[in-house]
Amino acid sequence: MSNIDHLDPSKSAHSAAPVQLRNVVRQFGEQRVIDGLDLDIAPGEFVALLGASGSGKTTLLRSLAGLDSIDSGQLLVPKARAAVFQEPRLMPWKRAWKNVILGLHIPNAKARAVQALTEVGLAHRLDAYPATLSGGEAQRVALARGLVREPKLLLLDEPFAALDALTRIRMHRLIIELWRKHTPAVLLVTHDVDEAILLADRVIVLANGKIAEQVSIDLPRARDTGQPGFQAIRARLLNLLGVEVESAVVAELQAPISTVRRFAHG
Amino acid sequence: MTEKTFDTQSATGSFSVNKAARYRGELQGASRLLPHWLRNWRTPEFLLRLLSPIALLLLWELASQGGLIPQRVIAAPSQIGGTLWAMIASGELGKHLLVSLQRALVGLSIGVSLGVVAALISGLSKRGEVVLDSPLQMLRTIPSLALVPLFILWFGIGEFTKIALIVVGTTFPVYMNLFAGIRGIDPKLIEAANTLGLNRRELIWHVILPGSLPSFFVGLRYSLGISWLALVFVEQINTTAGIGFLASDARDFMRTDVIVICLLIYSVLGLLIDGLIRTLERFALAWRPTFVRN
Repeated sequence: MSNIDHLDPSKSAHSAAPVQLRNVVRQFGEQRVIDGLDLDIAPGEFVALLGASGSGKTTLLRSLAGLDSIDSGQLLVPKARAAVFQEPRLMPWKRAWKNVILGLHIPNAKARAVQALTEVGLAHRLDAYPATLSGGEAQRVALARGLVREPKLLLLDEPFAALDALTRIRMHRLIIELWRKHTPAVLLVTHDVDEAILLADRVIVLANGKIAEQVSIDLPRARDTGQPGFQAIRARLLNLLGVEVESAVVAELQAPISTVRRFAHG
Repeated sequence: MTEKTFDTQSATGSFSVNKAARYRGELQGASRLLPHWLRNWRTPEFLLRLLSPIALLLLWELASQGGLIPQRVIAAPSQIGGTLWAMIASGELGKHLLVSLQRALVGLSIGVSLGVVAALISGLSKRGEVVLDSPLQMLRTIPSLALVPLFILWFGIGEFTKIALIVVGTTFPVYMNLFAGIRGIDPKLIEAANTLGLNRRELIWHVILPGSLPSFFVGLRYSLGISWLALVFVEQINTTAGIGFLASDARDFMRTDVIVICLLIYSVLGLLIDGLIRTLERFALAWRPTFVRN
């Protein structure tokens, strides 16, 4: 039997992890896409989820977003959660600010929308229809739409995958800035190993519906790929994902690296 | 002036264009002799496009005057124009036009309303689809004009039958298109709406209805065309007013000029109504990429 609980903010203890998964199973037919997964995400923690295609990343995120159910296990998520997908998924018939507050029942909705759009640097595009926005702008509106709900958990499903390289760098900075300000717990699903290391406190590698590896990233922020230790973590994660890395980098990896800490999984 | 080189001989063959810049005011040939305003004259596109229809009209007039086209085949343009003016001046045309417009509008508004209601019921609920969709799909395959004998038996040959036939013809295009539009909404948008916490009523109002509006307009335009078509037909049965009556009356008296006027009226009104729908679309669908101006 599945058991999905919503966290009641009035009762939740200050230290309790907003996301708790215990032995979660999700299967389609005979295939177990998520197979006995345990996962905790601490308040305000930034977790990145890596994994090959079909490893269950997206299924996990959809379960957390409430778009998909689980077949067995326990799943505890905050009610206040928001999701940003690879495509912005804005309503084309609504202007940017109306998209931001869609579904919200609050007084001064317009003011809140203006504030949220200003935060993502789109104060000048309030009245724009989504069709006139660039890819990066539309994704920022989607981000504002998520954050205006003050989520305890922000789910990001490859939100930067469709953006060009320069826009992606700007979005990385923006997401860290907003995460610092609003302090939601973040779960980022991505294919991009560099992106995961740049942004996350902890990187989880998913394989066969289970956590294959967890790596805590202790690099100081703001991070960049040239930082000492960065390449070592990158090589390690790529190895876990089954990508051969040149021996020179692996040799560097053999040296004792204090920044990589391995968690026992299970 | 222009120097193009295409070097095929060498292995690293290249194509180059070398064009000298042209200075403003530099004139060539006879245009030097023309005054300034005439030199810059550009004939508007629509005037050019009018040239060949006008030429055709002239040919037609000449052929009629010369006896090449007898009047019982078709009247001369000048005669048609004269009759048109007389009919407008006497108020006869206005009277018939009003009757026809009224029939079309009443039938259309009932038909479109029925189509919208049916599409909402079967588009928004699975149960509604099961109950409504298959009978409507079956009825749809019957050409509405084939119902004329049955309708005359049921409702007589009065106004009711005429309106009812227009209603039957205009319901289905709206139903079909709006239903397809509702079911064709991007499921990703519905998912997004669900994560945003919209309830069912809000989902319908903010996502499904605006999203299916373009399809509704497609259906509406089809319906308008059909209402016009049905009008031509139903006004031939037992009427004393309307454009269709005018046409069938003119047939009995071999007035080809009046018949042409009726055809003209139908086409002009069709164009006007299509223009009206386009204007409505511009406002209602202002968000569409084709309408959006930065």
